[in-house]
Parts: sequence; C-alpha cells; structure tokens
Amino acid sequence: MADTEAVLDPANWSCPLPLRDHPVVVMGHGGGGALSAELTEHLFAAAYGNDTLAALTDSAAVELGGARLAFSTDSYVVRPLFFPGGCIGDLAVNGTVNDLAMSGARAAFLSTAFILEEGVRLEVVGRVAQAMGAAASAAGVTVATGDTKVVETGHGDGIYVNTSGIGLIPAGTDIRPQRATPGDVVIVSGPIGAHGVAVLSVREGLEFGSDVVSDTAPLGGLVAAMLAVTPEVHVLRDPTRGGLATSLCEIAAASGTGVVLTESAVPVPDSVGAACGFLGLDPLYVANEGRLVAFVPPQHADAVLDAMHAHPQGAGATVIGVCVTDHPGMVVARTALGGTRVVDLPLGEQLPRIC
Amino acid sequence: MKYVEEFNDPQLARRLLDEIHATVTRPWAMMEVCGGQTHSIIRHGIDQLLPDEVELIHGPGCPVCVTPLEMIDKALAIAARPDVVFCSFGDMLRVPGTGRDLFRVKGEGGDVRVVYSPLDALEVARREPDKQVVFFGIGFETTAPANAMTVHEARRLGIDNFSLLVSHVRVPPAIDAIMRAPDCRVQAFLAAGHVCSVMGVAEYPELVERHRVPIVVTGFEPLDILEGVRRTVRQLERGEHRVENAYPRAVRERGNPAAMRMIEEVFEVSDRAWRGIGVIPDSGWRLSDAFRAYDAEYRFDVGHVRTEESGECRSGEVLQGLIKPNDCPAFGTSCTPRTPLGATMVSSEGACAAYYLYRRLEVTPVG
Repeated sequence: MADTEAVLDPANWSCPLPLRDHPVVVMGHGGGGALSAELTEHLFAAAYGNDTLAALTDSAAVELGGARLAFSTDSYVVRPLFFPGGCIGDLAVNGTVNDLAMSGARAAFLSTAFILEEGVRLEVVGRVAQAMGAAASAAGVTVATGDTKVVETGHGDGIYVNTSGIGLIPAGTDIRPQRATPGDVVIVSGPIGAHGVAVLSVREGLEFGSDVVSDTAPLGGLVAAMLAVTPEVHVLRDPTRGGLATSLCEIAAASGTGVVLTESAVPVPDSVGAACGFLGLDPLYVANEGRLVAFVPPQHADAVLDAMHAHPQGAGATVIGVCVTDHPGMVVARTALGGTRVVDLPLGEQLPRIC
Repeated sequence: MKYVEEFNDPQLARRLLDEIHATVTRPWAMMEVCGGQTHSIIRHGIDQLLPDEVELIHGPGCPVCVTPLEMIDKALAIAARPDVVFCSFGDMLRVPGTGRDLFRVKGEGGDVRVVYSPLDALEVARREPDKQVVFFGIGFETTAPANAMTVHEARRLGIDNFSLLVSHVRVPPAIDAIMRAPDCRVQAFLAAGHVCSVMGVAEYPELVERHRVPIVVTGFEPLDILEGVRRTVRQLERGEHRVENAYPRAVRERGNPAAMRMIEEVFEVSDRAWRGIGVIPDSGWRLSDAFRAYDAEYRFDVGHVRTEESGECRSGEVLQGLIKPNDCPAFGTSCTPRTPLGATMVSSEGACAAYYLYRRLEVTPVG
C-alpha cells in the first residue's frame, strides 16, 4: 500500500438534503410500517373522517340493528401465488377471518373479489378458488358474494384477491389495542416468522432451500377458546405484515403503555432464524398469517394460556413479555445477554442488508 | 443455527465479560470497523455490559453509509433511463441522493430491482437481452469478489448488455486515514471479520507497526465481539500491539485465494471518495482497463452529474468516531430513518440508525 496522505478535513464533511416527502407511492407505503400508517392516517382516514375508522383496528366494530359486528376488508397481492404451506386463496380467507377474530368475532360471511390478469391459466384460478373453499370450510365461514374483473396482460400480477368479512362480536367483550393495561401479560400463540420466510424462499430470484412452511391458519376457534376462559382479554392482534414487533409497537402507541419484551422468550424456529440470518432480516419483523399476540390481565393469564395450549393453533403459546408503566408508548426488548434496546416500528419493508 | 447459536450463549458471554472487567485498569477507546459489528453491539446491548473504561467507537465500515453522493446520483440517473433495469442490494434503495432515492425512481416508473446476489443481476441480463442491466457494485472487500465475478462471467458468456456501477472501498487505507487524522482517539481496532475472510490479514502488520495499535480480527455474534474486545483490552493493558485473529472459524491468515484472484483479475486499486469523509488515496477499486467496457459510468453518459451536499449533518465525524450519533444536534429530531439527513441514518448498519432504532431513549434497565 502506498504511503498516503488522507484528505480528512472536518470543515468539508457534509451530507445531503433530506427526502422529507414522497410525492409518489413507493413500496414502503404498503409495507405495514410507518409509511403505511401515515398514508392511512393522513390521506385515507382524513378523507373518510369518522370515529369508527379512526380507531384503526384490524377490523372495525360497528353496531347494526342491535347487533355488534366486526367488519373487515383486506387485499392479497402475494407473489408467488403458491408457496410452501399455502397459496393466495387460503391466505385471503384466513387473513380476513383473523382480522375479525382480533375483535373477538367468529367470522360469519365473506365476500371475495378477484382481479385476474389476461392470460392466467384457468387451472391456476381454479386451484386458488378450491383453496379458498377449503379454507372457508375449515374456518366455518360462508363465502356469500363475489366479483370478478379482468385486466390486460401486464396490468396485474396474475391474480389479486380481495376479501371482506363480517362476524358477531360476543357480548361482554371489548378487545382493542387501547385497552392494554400495565400488568397485562403478553402472550404469542406460537413460533413466529414462518409465513414470511416460506414466501421469500420461493420468490423469484431468491429461491433458497428451506423446509419452512407458511403458518397460515384461521384463528377464530383459538380466540373463542380463549374468550371462553374470560371475556376480559384486553388486546388481540395478528402480527401479519410488519411482524410481531410492529404489532407490539402499535399496541404500545395506541394504549400509551410500555411493553417489555423478553427477547429470549420469543419462539423463533431454527430454520426461520437461519433464513433471517443470511437474508439480514429480523424475525421480529417478519410476517405471520396464523399467529396472534394477546394482552391478558395477569390473574387470567395462566388459564388463558392453558386454553390456548389445548387448541391446535395455540399449542406453542408462550409468554413473551409484560405491559408496564415505564417508557409509555414504547417497546423495549431485554436482550439475552442482559442489555436492553428499543424495538421500533419499521419504516417500510425490511431491506435485506448488503453483508 | 450451527456456528451462530453457540456464539450467543449468555453464560459464556458472562465469563468473557467478567474477564474483561477483571483485566481493564484504565480507559481505552477501540474502534469496531464494520457496520455489522456496530449493529450487533447495539442490538444485543453489548456496549451497556462492558466496563465504563472500554469505549467502542463506531467505524466507517457500512458500505451504504460511505458510498459517495455522486455515485448515488449517478445510480439515480442511470436507473431512471427507460432502457435500463437497475439491480441493487436492498438497503441502497433508501439512501438519499440529491433530492430523491432509488425507491422514488422506482415509484416514478424506473425498473429498479432488489437482488440478493450480483449473479442474479447477470441472469436478468441474460434473460432480457433487449434491456441494459446495471448492477450497483458497492461494498468492501466482502462483496468485491462476487461483484468481480459478474463481470468475469459477463465476458465469458458474452453477455454484453450487463454493466457494473462500481463504488468499491477497501478497509486498510481507511484505518490508515483514521489513524492519521489529527483528532484521532482510536487506540485499537476490531477488524472486520468478513473482510478478512476474503483478504486474510497480510495488510495489517504494516498498519500495526506504523501506528502502534493492536488490530484484532473480530466476528459478529455477541461472543465473537466480546472475545475481540477481551483480546484487545489484554494487548492494550500489556502495552502490546499485534495482529490477532479472534475469528478463526471464518478467517485464515491467507484469506480466500480464489476470491482474491478474482478481485485482482477484474479490479484495480484507485482513489475513492468516502461519503462524509472525503477522498482517501488508494482506498477503492475500479474496473481495470481490460474490463472497462463493462463499467456503467463509461457506458452511460453520467459524467455531467453534479452533486450538492448540505452541511447540516455530522456523519463524517460519526464515521470517524469523533462524535457519537446522539452528539449530533439533528439526531432524532430533524434526522430520523424516516427523514435521513445522512446515509448513516439509513442502513441498520449505520451507526446513527442503530442508535436511533435501539437507543433512542436510554431507558431504565429492566429486571
């Protein structure tokens, strides 16, 4: 190496102007993180302006004709359409069923809308529809209405699916993120990260050998079993896009309480941890499609946990943290080594690191 | 995962920490060179567990952070062309150039794709012969062999619609520059393990002698980092300065000869600007004359790209360990991952982002 004189002039160290605004939609607006939240809050909720929407829960709780209904809608643009453990069809059913379950409701009716790209093989559409039918049957929900549109080649990604659903909210329950209370025990229903890793493992350009299969599953039955123990479950959330960390951050922010997460208690399957390791992803931020996180008052925690363990979807349920008065609105992880760190809302999609 | 889980063991970590606590008698400032190490240190709270005497200064080893603005702007100009498919590692997409980032170019219709291996970009070029496919070849010695391989393969396979936008940097000249800076407080280095797994340790004895500092090759898991710190503290306390390898499961003294040959075939050493720091002589690589035809800077007319940096952020001082991220007035106020003033706030390997994400509020330790 040459004997060099490095140019290190502190007066000339500088940085670029900030990018404060995105005048166009960027992928991060759909990533479930801070950009998504801003879009929903400042653009959509501002335009529709009503108290029901302003609660920004997974499913809206509405009253109609004396009944309390949970009402939710979700669109599915997953790529590829088929992945280990599932496809866009069962995802579309389970996703909406689970959004309703997070209000305590058993899904009763679903609508489904397909946007099909010209040229997609009907056999593929048929397989997706069959999967939806099977998932609806497993979840005990009726697909009551539907719609189909076709767009020209190049204007879609094969198949997009939207589902909406309604279900009855059981009397005596009031489940929403604002109800998290210091002392609440934080429970996750099983190992995290499988869905996100399963989808990535077959994504074009990224295929890697993995035995991870999606955890996609309906959670209405598990929630019913939990509520049979006590209606006093404070919060339920299914940590889909943005993962467990995002759900916990949203709950902490909505309730103004702190959450302490015991990092070593969070169940991460070895294969998920390994895949995240080489992709540079944090399992806490990877999507799940058949898991829930619950905030339960301490006096009911053991009984709720027992009920979860007795249900197939909750066999791996475990306590991962506690709700506290410290650091209101913020999630803090206690690391395995004994340090602490803040767990934050991701900005947009997780970006795989360079090295 | 084998070779990872074992290096997270809290009991063994406690033993190493006890030994470090028992060894240290006075203040020492050591720099971990690599952003991956910074990320791990902050994520696991390792700095909180070390004795007060041991100060970790976060080094410039985050490829995203040090890629110069001019190169980002050239990337943006190339990516916006309708005939181009621009492929990049994921975390480059959010790095602000002058006025926009690659996400924005993508949102405005540019064909920007995240790939996980540079060879995937070459595959895109093979499959889409009517497009010009450009890969953003950035990073340290770690990513250089694979990036060199794409150009080697492009020539071998006759894939002429592929080119590389090169902004490669080398660690040893940066260590030398840091030690020569008048305000330098660094007394030892935890060298970047992955860089050494490619290059070996041959470049370090000269630096150790010239600046009389210990250089300890260090890995990335918590136990790796603690072992690196333990050996560094031991050298400092004994008044020694040697090259030590505390990451032998990945680093051989001779490095990876095949990877080094690939670098040598395709690249040549050049001066390189480091974002926030300035030009460091001989601190980078560019494509050698034989491969000039695959250089995106030559293929596309981007020589006119002029950049404008504002003086608001102090990432240059952060990158050299002169200040901690939270010493900057903009930290956490006008500068956040949502609105980064500098690249160190973008990648999770950047010291500012790591501090913001994990240390925004120093909370009362729990339990």
